[in-house]
Amino acid sequence: MAAVPQLQRQFIEYTTSLYNEGYLDDQFTQLQKLQDESNPDFVVEVVSLFFEDSEKLLNNLATALQQNIVDYKQVDSHVHQFKGSSSSIGAQRVTSVCVLFRNCCEEKNLDGCLRCLQQLKHEYINVRSKLEALFRLEQQILQAGGSIPMME
Amino acid sequence: MGVIASPLHVLAVDDSNLDRKLIERLLKTFSYHVTAVDSGSKALEFLGLQDVEKFPEVEVNLIITDYCMPGMTGFELLRKVKESTSLKDIPVVIMSSENVPARINRCLEEGAEEFFLKPVRLADVGKLKPYLSKNNRKTAEEEECVLNDKSIATHDEVDTFAKEERQVLPEGQSC
Repeated sequence: MAAVPQLQRQFIEYTTSLYNEGYLDDQFTQLQKLQDESNPDFVVEVVSLFFEDSEKLLNNLATALQQNIVDYKQVDSHVHQFKGSSSSIGAQRVTSVCVLFRNCCEEKNLDGCLRCLQQLKHEYINVRSKLEALFRLEQQILQAGGSIPMME
Repeated sequence: MGVIASPLHVLAVDDSNLDRKLIERLLKTFSYHVTAVDSGSKALEFLGLQDVEKFPEVEVNLIITDYCMPGMTGFELLRKVKESTSLKDIPVVIMSSENVPARINRCLEEGAEEFFLKPVRLADVGKLKPYLSKNNRKTAEEEECVLNDKSIATHDEVDTFAKEERQVLPEGQSC
């Protein structure tokens, strides 16, 4: 098993890269600040809600865009929700795709919407695997008896 | 012997479960007691149940509500609260993910104390302190007069109002 300092260094490097590459923004840091001894799993709980919401919304979007007559207000409403939850956890790339997606809805551009949906799925899957990797790293540190470094 | 003051009570309204969890946590870091509901109609229901015979005194010191919600919007909720003799003095704060100046002004003109852009942060919640100060809390005497007033909107009134509200918004304007 890797030593705690090594794991902590890995954690810091990984987190930093997530911010630098735009996967996460400052809102994620805000979530971490809300985690403490009396709310030790706050970040994981909130992110889990994001995963649940996202998967439901991706299904809803696929269905809505498959209709013979697409209801763009309905599509936009789903994207609006997605944008809300992604920005609430700081999933910056996901939020950016939602903004583009809403433009396509306004233009009633079906091809644009379908492309955005693919992009959205892609970004969501990426950020989900990155966050899961981050949480795994945290668990390794805690199990090795160490503490999670605070990111500024 | 002194009276033990109950913690300040905030009613949070948001249709997103993620945002409800967030706002609840933010408010609790300031030691406020929080009730979170997922719609404007549930909020009105909760506020309407200020029946001293049925429930122990449930005082709401501040309402913080999302703007975009299916059914009753946060603006409609704000309006209902400000129109109610018994509820109008409760400070209301609106949250929204959209930065629309016309929307912000409308809410402030209708009596909202603050308009927060989402995602809401600790610094925003810190701004709520003046609205939740002891001076704003009613005395027991005032409470009694207020509780006897039955001018809280009924469900039918809310439905009619919602239709009016939709007609006022220009075509195509979404949240």
